[in-house]
Amino acid sequence: MNNNKLLLLGDEAIAQGAIDGGLSGIYAYPGTPSTEIMEYVQASKQAAEQNIHRQWSANEKTAMEAAIGMSYAGKRAMVCFKHVGLNVAADAFINASITGVNGGLIVVSADDPSMHSSQNEQDSRFYAKFAMIPILEPSNQQEAYDMAYFGFELSEKLNVPVMLRITTRMAHSRAGVVRRQVKLQNQLKLPSDPRQFVLLPSIARKNYKKLLVAQSAMEMESESASFNALIPGSSHGLGIIATGIAYNYLIENYPDHKCPFPVLKICQYPIPRKQVAELYNTCDQILVLEEGYPIVEEMLRGFLNLGKPIHGRLDGTLPRDGELNPNIVAKALGLPVTEGQPIPDVVKNRPPSLCQGCGHRDVYEDLNEALKEYGTGRVFSDIGCYTLGALPPFNAINSCVDMGASITMAKGAADAGLVPAVAVIGDSTFTHSGMTGLLDAVVENSPITVIISDNSTTGMTGGQQSSATGRIVEICRGIGVHPDHIRVVTPLKKNHEENVRIIKEELAYNGVSVIIPQRECIQTFARRKKAEKKESNE
Amino acid sequence: MKNDIVLAGVGGQGILSIAAAIGLAAVNSNLYIKQSEVHGMSQRGGDVQSHLRISDRPIASDLIPAGKADMIISVEPMEGLRYLPLLADSGWLVTNTTPFINIPDYPKPDDIIARIKAVKHHIAIDADSIAKEAGSARSSNIVMLGAASLFLDIPFERIEEGIRQLFGRKGEDVVQQNLKALKLGREFSEKNR
Repeated sequence: MNNNKLLLLGDEAIAQGAIDGGLSGIYAYPGTPSTEIMEYVQASKQAAEQNIHRQWSANEKTAMEAAIGMSYAGKRAMVCFKHVGLNVAADAFINASITGVNGGLIVVSADDPSMHSSQNEQDSRFYAKFAMIPILEPSNQQEAYDMAYFGFELSEKLNVPVMLRITTRMAHSRAGVVRRQVKLQNQLKLPSDPRQFVLLPSIARKNYKKLLVAQSAMEMESESASFNALIPGSSHGLGIIATGIAYNYLIENYPDHKCPFPVLKICQYPIPRKQVAELYNTCDQILVLEEGYPIVEEMLRGFLNLGKPIHGRLDGTLPRDGELNPNIVAKALGLPVTEGQPIPDVVKNRPPSLCQGCGHRDVYEDLNEALKEYGTGRVFSDIGCYTLGALPPFNAINSCVDMGASITMAKGAADAGLVPAVAVIGDSTFTHSGMTGLLDAVVENSPITVIISDNSTTGMTGGQQSSATGRIVEICRGIGVHPDHIRVVTPLKKNHEENVRIIKEELAYNGVSVIIPQRECIQTFARRKKAEKKESNE
Repeated sequence: MKNDIVLAGVGGQGILSIAAAIGLAAVNSNLYIKQSEVHGMSQRGGDVQSHLRISDRPIASDLIPAGKADMIISVEPMEGLRYLPLLADSGWLVTNTTPFINIPDYPKPDDIIARIKAVKHHIAIDADSIAKEAGSARSSNIVMLGAASLFLDIPFERIEEGIRQLFGRKGEDVVQQNLKALKLGREFSEKNR
């Protein structure tokens, strides 16, 4: 290993690869495990010198659309989010495959198998298949860099967005990466067909036919891609297909990383049909190793599973859920595994919790007190640090489904007769997806109390800029909440009684109330103070 | 040569500073490295771990296979025990003895220490006290690194270089104080292995 290598997280390797590959703008909403891609670009001197756009968006849909806009203008754009963020961006994402691109467009979706920081472990590869576009799925950090670097060209060549799909371990693992020569950004250039991006049905039908015709070109790209490889083996009793980082867990199990069976490493999709056929025809059985859902396995088996034995997650050779690791793969191969000592009984669980001094703590203490007379079971919450209010000692919330769902679920429950119904949502989540739901409630004057716990940051992901900062009261007024029922409070112990009284008043009001407890996140507060101190010392 | 190391602690305790120091030393020694980290929800006071793999040959998996870790470095006594399923029979548990108590059912510290002592190869070190002795309570993670350095296949001088690189921007006083913390940790392991 030479010292010219950078030691980069998978996320950082993608960011550097994109910068070196001619990126003009990155759009994103924070979400583990994708956050560090944008953060790296924001911290990059090179990105600043090249004037690369690098601001957070209000949500994944606005990020996706802005990236399509930059592509329309002929420049190279990247959009990044976690897997569930792709649900939010899905409308724009799917239609971007119909418009095609002008400047290269890479969509990074970071999946979280085993749900380390997520509410599901959906596999983004299904979305790319649905949109009929190629996927790049790195097995190591160098490939992550290279895929971002070359992905723009692939996108421009095939006239579609390209998905770069990673999983938690790739996103958050560091290794050496060698950089390539920096490419110039594209010049501003309108699409040669001025109606390319106008998806009127008559135009969309033509574009869609082009997309269908392009499928064979995408498959040919996969078959010749250097990221895919059919590696010969001496024993043909088994053939192995390993996708993305599953390949690493496979070769980890063999001395010098040499597997005795033929291995098809797939890191670029659509699935390279010729190589799959060659493996299938020359081996007695097939084992499929995938980090995520059994998508390749399912396609290979077909509905009736009438061919050769196909092993993987569907027949129990591998667990149906959760991420893979070297030992799970070893067991699937029938290899002996080592096991350390079991976890001693003396070890207790240590779940995450709200920081000491966090304003959300005070909000829940105030709310629990105010709700005593109504009983439990009526608090709908959302995605963020404050979701930890579900755990002891607060046990304060009854739902966490998707970004913004607190307000709309409270409305639906109020429609059903659960009055008062309460929503607890953070500031960044509110501007992400809460505002439209609040409009629904205002239109019907639903009897709900919305608490926007405003810590002026996107806290759970590490304190990124929140689009809501300084704007919440004006937004609520603009949406039409009555000014008398927009209450700004400060969540501090000394204000407990007053805050309880205010919450009780609004719970009793038969209409839409918004209470905004405002206090800076103590993590960002501490960082800000430290930076100020450093500045005053210099 | 291969060193597979599990770093353990509680979110906010800064285990990644240890990983960064070893990582620099490994890169300066022209070794391959893979280091997987935990970001996100667990960083809020939950248990956190990092897998650090160093080798003179290419490394495949980002995760250390169960039962194959050469060492657990834990900055908190209960947290080190959580990763015993990853530790090889011949592996070392190098752990701080100062508990970080943020849960209501935290076990009796004596019970934890007794369990640590039942691990075949262990170093139990009061890194917080030794760090104070070195001049700053904040360098307890560097004391842990010093204690662990005895079991790494990286020359001690390279780790010292790593510390200089890491803290260089903060001035010579901070560098010297961390080098002292590193050395005191190292000496503790030499005496107590």
